Amino acid sequence: MLKVNFQKQLDHFNLEMQFELNKEILALVGSSGSGKTTLLNCLAGIVHPDNGTILLNGRHFYKDGQKPLKIQKRKVGYLFQDYALFPHLTAEQNILYGQPRGTDVSHITELTKILGITGLLGKYPHQISGGEKQRVALTRALAAQPGILLLDEPFSALDDANRDRCQEELLRIHEQWQIPIIFVTHRIADAEKLADRIIRVEKGLMAEETVV
Amino acid sequence: MMPYDLSPLWLSLRVAVISTLFVFLASLALARLMSRREFFGKSLVEALILLPLVLPPTVIGFGLIVLFGANGPLGILLEQWFGFRVVFTWIGAAIASFVVSLPLMYQSVMAAFDKVDPRWENVARTMGVSEWRIFRTITFPLAWSGILAGLILAFARGIGEFGATLMIAGYIPGVTETVPLAIYFAYEAGDMEKALFWVLIISSLGVAAITWVNYWRKKNAVRIGRE
Repeated sequence: MLKVNFQKQLDHFNLEMQFELNKEILALVGSSGSGKTTLLNCLAGIVHPDNGTILLNGRHFYKDGQKPLKIQKRKVGYLFQDYALFPHLTAEQNILYGQPRGTDVSHITELTKILGITGLLGKYPHQISGGEKQRVALTRALAAQPGILLLDEPFSALDDANRDRCQEELLRIHEQWQIPIIFVTHRIADAEKLADRIIRVEKGLMAEETVV
Repeated sequence: MMPYDLSPLWLSLRVAVISTLFVFLASLALARLMSRREFFGKSLVEALILLPLVLPPTVIGFGLIVLFGANGPLGILLEQWFGFRVVFTWIGAAIASFVVSLPLMYQSVMAAFDKVDPRWENVARTMGVSEWRIFRTITFPLAWSGILAGLILAFARGIGEFGATLMIAGYIPGVTETVPLAIYFAYEAGDMEKALFWVLIISSLGVAAITWVNYWRKKNAVRIGRE
């Protein structure tokens, strides 16, 4: 279970977050610059709250008076907006980047089959399409078998057909992996289709919306 | 058969290669430190690194003599610990080259690191990878084109160093006679043909270096721009 209760001062407002999340899919909606990505960055450990608590499955990521848990130790899968694939590595090297030599990669092989990217593994990021990049980046984020998956605008660069396909795949992965997933989107339709819960963030303040 | 003794060329190459090697390591460490850490006196340290860009070579030479001379603090230490002298040796020439080329390389490395998207490093961190491995496999390879351009410039600056070299290493034919010194003293002696020979050699090296850097930058811009 994820427990979040923290505050962070941003340029123009104070980001105040408080929610709990089981193995559900949570959508964060709201206008640009409202603090959604900062929340993901706080969970991943890229930035830290000013005060409060972030707890995942009994492990404190952040707690007042304690040194924040290092990013490397959080086991967070993070799909950045525009995917941030390493441009000098092939899709396969991107996916296996964090895997120590000799580790069992059968779950990754399975993921590449589920996401239909086995034919892309030898290609570089500039040689594949936006939808393919998204699937490679998703496989990479899941390769380390994370305890939580964070997705920042995962469908924004995709056309309708690819968006539908990726959303179906995400639902399948969630069913299989049973981990909390938080994704940021500006499309309310995506949130309603995928999420068990929706939180609207505006100027740092959050409000839970009912999923229809 | 070559018309002149080529020892100035070999000495210049030795001085420039060794100083560039140390400049490479020092600038990587300094750029990493300066871009990631905040500490008291940081701007002063950066100003000191860049100072040789604006100082006359004679001032740099004077400073090196004060530091590395027989009675200078570093000169005494080096003589006591390692038993070698810096003044009037090729090592002095290498140190002069190091000091004048460090700011060029430092600026190139800083610019190259700035171009590496921090998201790449962050995504690698979320995958549990150590900072050293991220530097080795992500930051350094993606900054490599800028670093290489800096290396070429540092090498070219190092091989052309004259003023500070003359002050700390002096002009001892066969011992500290680098190509720039050979040009100056050939001209002083009225041997224009010898001066011209060395001018052509060092100019060719400079043109080759700049042409190659420009070619490399264009080639790399195309590759990196694609992602």
